[in-house]
Amino acid sequence: MNSATYLSFLEIAAGLVILCAIVTLWRRSLRAIVRALAVQGMALGVVALVLGLHHHDDVLIVVGCLVVGAKGFFIPTLVKRVLANEPMSRETSPLVNVPASLVGAGALTFLAYGATRPVVALVSTSAGRLIPLGFATLLIGFFSMVVRRKAASQIVGLLLVDNGIALVAFLATAGVPLLVELGASLDVLLVVVVLRVLAVQLWSKFAVLDLDELQELHD
Amino acid sequence: MNQFAHFMTQVLVAVVQVFAVAVGGPLLLGLMRKVRSRLEGRVGAPIHQPLLDVRKLFAKQRMRPRESSWVFGAAPVVLVATVVAVAAVSPLATTHPPLGQSSDFFAVVFVLLLGSVVLALGALDTGTAFGGMGSSRSMTIGALCEPALLVAILAMAISARTSNLPALVRVGLAHPAVIASPARILALSSFLVVILAESGRLPVDNPSTHLELTMIHEAMVLEYSGADLGLIIVGESMRLVFLLGLLVNLLVPWGVAERPGVLFFCVGLFALLAKVAVAGVMIAIFEVFTAKMRLFRLPELLAGGFVLALLGAVTAVVAR
Repeated sequence: MNSATYLSFLEIAAGLVILCAIVTLWRRSLRAIVRALAVQGMALGVVALVLGLHHHDDVLIVVGCLVVGAKGFFIPTLVKRVLANEPMSRETSPLVNVPASLVGAGALTFLAYGATRPVVALVSTSAGRLIPLGFATLLIGFFSMVVRRKAASQIVGLLLVDNGIALVAFLATAGVPLLVELGASLDVLLVVVVLRVLAVQLWSKFAVLDLDELQELHD
Repeated sequence: MNQFAHFMTQVLVAVVQVFAVAVGGPLLLGLMRKVRSRLEGRVGAPIHQPLLDVRKLFAKQRMRPRESSWVFGAAPVVLVATVVAVAAVSPLATTHPPLGQSSDFFAVVFVLLLGSVVLALGALDTGTAFGGMGSSRSMTIGALCEPALLVAILAMAISARTSNLPALVRVGLAHPAVIASPARILALSSFLVVILAESGRLPVDNPSTHLELTMIHEAMVLEYSGADLGLIIVGESMRLVFLLGLLVNLLVPWGVAERPGVLFFCVGLFALLAKVAVAGVMIAIFEVFTAKMRLFRLPELLAGGFVLALLGAVTAVVAR
């Protein structure tokens, strides 16, 4: 693959990652949000695959396949299970309304661009220029965890943060060691499982998946 | 002599482009209605029905409200004039339109938006409740569209290093990688959202309803009749065709005439018509499956368009 097509593939995949992050803020239906998350996971895997193919790095190709499988299919399915109780569930009243949070996401993207300039200057590869996009995904994930109330949205926010970190890692280092990547992914998987248990408990207790219900202590 | 011939060709190109947009507008409207009716299981009116409607309207008597001023009568004319002006100088069928040097993306789009402003003024001029309501809604949407539009154009201009429209199309032809770049894709999707909003298509405004609670565009043109209404229908549909023509030429520029010559120009013209028709059919199919958004949810859609454009601009800067 020549370097022009390599770069444009990489740009499109990285652009898709941040686009999906924006979509999770844009849409209200939680199912649509989880779908965006799945697409984002696949795009992240494609980033790793493209990098692996370009650098002839077999481990990175394996990691890419694993990422597509785990973040594109497995984790979204788990999150979707959380929604199984409320199939038409919507993010009805986020703390910051949708237009404002979209504009906020735009501002965060700018912030990410400004904040990562030293990092970009440090990385010599052409892929390094896309690092701000990963950083922006991370910030949008934090933002979404802060302003969203549903348990599933919180999980999605966390996964956005993780995907952002993974994107930065891929672009900056042309692949973290397999063990580290697997460790991080397993961590996230565990958190998703814990949050799923929490969500089930919430559902059986309050019949809603709203974290604002958790305001007082019980025995 | 040579200069004169050049001048005449340029005039001819402009006239043909304007004519194509003027006839293509109502035809596209008819095509979209046809697709919609077919998908809903109806036969639908023939595709050239809007042209017949316009002919009928031009033959009818023109009624103007008693208290209205010259603004009311001028609005339809200005609307059509703006589209004619920009259609003449834009790279629709050829990448070397007349006055191509001055056909800047910002200028073209904002001359076009002048039409909406004038239409809103005309609707206000009658002093009826509906006109005012429609104008206020339409201006709200316009104000929300504008930032998205500006930043979308900026994003495209950054990656192509020019905001000159013919140059933007030529860059796309010469370097297909520019079109596939996320900056261009994001900017064009934002542009599409703005087109749908500005031309009153479905998620924003339902073009086929006359329900007073929801209508935006129809509320503005309620007082118009006869030739005035015909001009408005032609102008609005021309605007849709023109904007879609720009969109498809920026997205899939292949077929546009790059070199002078009658043959190239004809190919360019047919390619343009085919591409716009495909785009129109796709929008019509999309409209069958969507419901109109609540007015108060519109800022979400347009803020989304703005953020898409902003992302496009940021990635353009990042990837430069």
